[in-house]
Amino acid sequence: MAEKMAMAKAINESLRRALDADPKVLVMGEDVGKLGGVFRVTDGLQKDFGESRVIDTPLAESGIVGTAIGLALRGYRPVVEIQFDGFVFPAYDQIVTQLAKMHARSLGKVKLPVVVRIPYGGGIGAVEHHSESPEALFAHVAGLKIVSPSNASDAYWMMQQAIQSDDPVIYFEPKRRYWDKAEVDFEAIPAPLHKARVVREGTDLTLAAYGPMVKLCQEAAAAAAEEGKSLEVLDLRSVSPLDFDAVQASVEKTRRLVVVHEAPVFFGSGAEIAARITERCFYHLEAPVLRVGGYHAPYPPARLEEEYLPDLDRVLDAVDRSLAY
Amino acid sequence: MTVESSAARKPRRSAAGKAGTTGTKRTTRSTASKSTEPELVQLLTPEGKRVKNAEYDAYVAGITPEELRGLYRDMVLTRRFDAEATALQRQGELGLWASLLGQEAAQIGSGRATREDDYVFPTYREHGVAWCRGVDPTNLLGMFRGVNNGGWDPNSNNFQLYTIVIGSQTLHATGYAMGITKDGADSAVIAYFGDGASSQGDVAESFTFSAVYNAPVVFFCQNNQWAISEPTERQTRVPLYQRAQGFGFPGVRVDGNDVLACLAVTKWALERARAGEGPTLVEAYTYRMGAHTTSDDPTRYRGDEERQAWEAKDPILRLRRYLEASNHADDAFFAELETESEALGKRVREAVRAMPDPDHFAIFENAYADGHALVDEERAQFAAYQASFADEGGH
Repeated sequence: MAEKMAMAKAINESLRRALDADPKVLVMGEDVGKLGGVFRVTDGLQKDFGESRVIDTPLAESGIVGTAIGLALRGYRPVVEIQFDGFVFPAYDQIVTQLAKMHARSLGKVKLPVVVRIPYGGGIGAVEHHSESPEALFAHVAGLKIVSPSNASDAYWMMQQAIQSDDPVIYFEPKRRYWDKAEVDFEAIPAPLHKARVVREGTDLTLAAYGPMVKLCQEAAAAAAEEGKSLEVLDLRSVSPLDFDAVQASVEKTRRLVVVHEAPVFFGSGAEIAARITERCFYHLEAPVLRVGGYHAPYPPARLEEEYLPDLDRVLDAVDRSLAY
Repeated sequence: MTVESSAARKPRRSAAGKAGTTGTKRTTRSTASKSTEPELVQLLTPEGKRVKNAEYDAYVAGITPEELRGLYRDMVLTRRFDAEATALQRQGELGLWASLLGQEAAQIGSGRATREDDYVFPTYREHGVAWCRGVDPTNLLGMFRGVNNGGWDPNSNNFQLYTIVIGSQTLHATGYAMGITKDGADSAVIAYFGDGASSQGDVAESFTFSAVYNAPVVFFCQNNQWAISEPTERQTRVPLYQRAQGFGFPGVRVDGNDVLACLAVTKWALERARAGEGPTLVEAYTYRMGAHTTSDDPTRYRGDEERQAWEAKDPILRLRRYLEASNHADDAFFAELETESEALGKRVREAVRAMPDPDHFAIFENAYADGHALVDEERAQFAAYQASFADEGGH
């Protein structure tokens, strides 16, 4: 059975399926219950599964993650929502010092199957702290897994897999793609959670992205095709672990790589990809790995975000620079 | 109960019923005090005299001489273990030790109040509570020797791993307690923390969460007067137990050097939790007789007179006086315990010295439960690097 639906709805359906399948699955966060979340991702879940399983929490992010850890220690599988990317930092301590490390600290005796959902990224004209992309701040921490779907189908299946994971997963939801629709096949056999996928084949250059930037890269590849350039687009899907084998395979074919993300370029995931791909593919590369992303400045006010965020022209500019080497 | 005048400072029960019964109305025991220090719940004076307490006597009413000797034994052995660990640090066998010296009554009293199916969330100083839970004391030493970051299975004794980041565990305890409620179980959780941790946001958040979800958790604060060099006055302007009032649950201050009072008050609080009456804050008023850890030098921030004043309130001494005065223990008991203490010291010493360094590859073990490609890759690189020394006769 397949159905075309928006990403927000796909996540909702995935949570519903998980709540239905496993009584240990809980959904918790600010406004996730009666309201259904500020983006309506959890719409209707409390009505169907009750206040004990879809939990409106006090407004305290550290408390949300900290109590989710306690619930996981008791055998539950909490899926917690951080309302916006910029609100996660009160919980950063619990995520980094406890959630990420308790499995190792216990020599493997304790498992913390907690999913932290974070709507992230810009492009929606929001006020400060509502448009950030903090994935690199989590990818640097061993013990966490970091994923970000780019489309409704992945959003559905990656949520299923994240909930089934015995490791904590930070699940970054590209909020500006919440309303983009795609076919979701509820009986599909999903690809492994941490494997990248080629979404467009090409021969001249690889564009690697995840989350909200995959669609942009597809648009860039279409535009480049009109100019006779064949770009391959790789949806990384997972930031930690990152599927370097897939990037390597693509780069060995195209010999050029541009990484695109909304997060600041400096110390961003693109830096890690550039370093590793340079090491793996040194003799294949015709140009240095280039990166397109945010600047080393606080995320700007909404009227400036179009200048800050990677867009079609900035991606194509990087493509041209790479091809010019 | 509303805010009382300064005349009635002692926390009091509500008029509704006996302690710990379901009939007890949810009232706060906290009272705002204009006085500097409120009274403590005390059942044994420093001189070892048993004093009556209408509210809490019931919780230790049936205690037998054997159980009293057991509490004494627990405290003596815990102190002996603690002294051995301090000595092992001085000998270079441990990298660090956080001594509980002076806090034995708070830990043994509260620890012995727990039921087997209760769950304990400790800081890094709850060696006495670990003892009560049946955690082998030698297991506590691995992290201080540097061979692991916590060497016991938390679920074997319902005793979580030590938490070093201050206050984090109070939220884990609250979440665990919320899970107990969801499961319909009647066990309870006890979360340990200190006066320093009382300033942490996580502790405040755990009070909020436990209150609004009516979670079965007891917050057991050992106010040992010092957070490394900072006195409790640097953390709070009101007696800590009174913090509970603002969150809507009872708070009570107990003499933390009185093992009987700690046992009674913690039993009361745990029974409240089990009965669905929600969280309780217990402030055990005690003193950290030693340094914060073996790396600390208390002479830089506090004087001897303070310590001497607290020595007179020693938790072990007062129970010994009571046992002797009431003829609940004879010389043979004390002599046997002395022998047992030395044997424990020897066992701990030998176990620590025999503790091997972990295998190099332990770095990568358990970073993830389901594995991680990068960890696999780096482990392989590490292995190759290590193997490169093989030709040079080992590493």
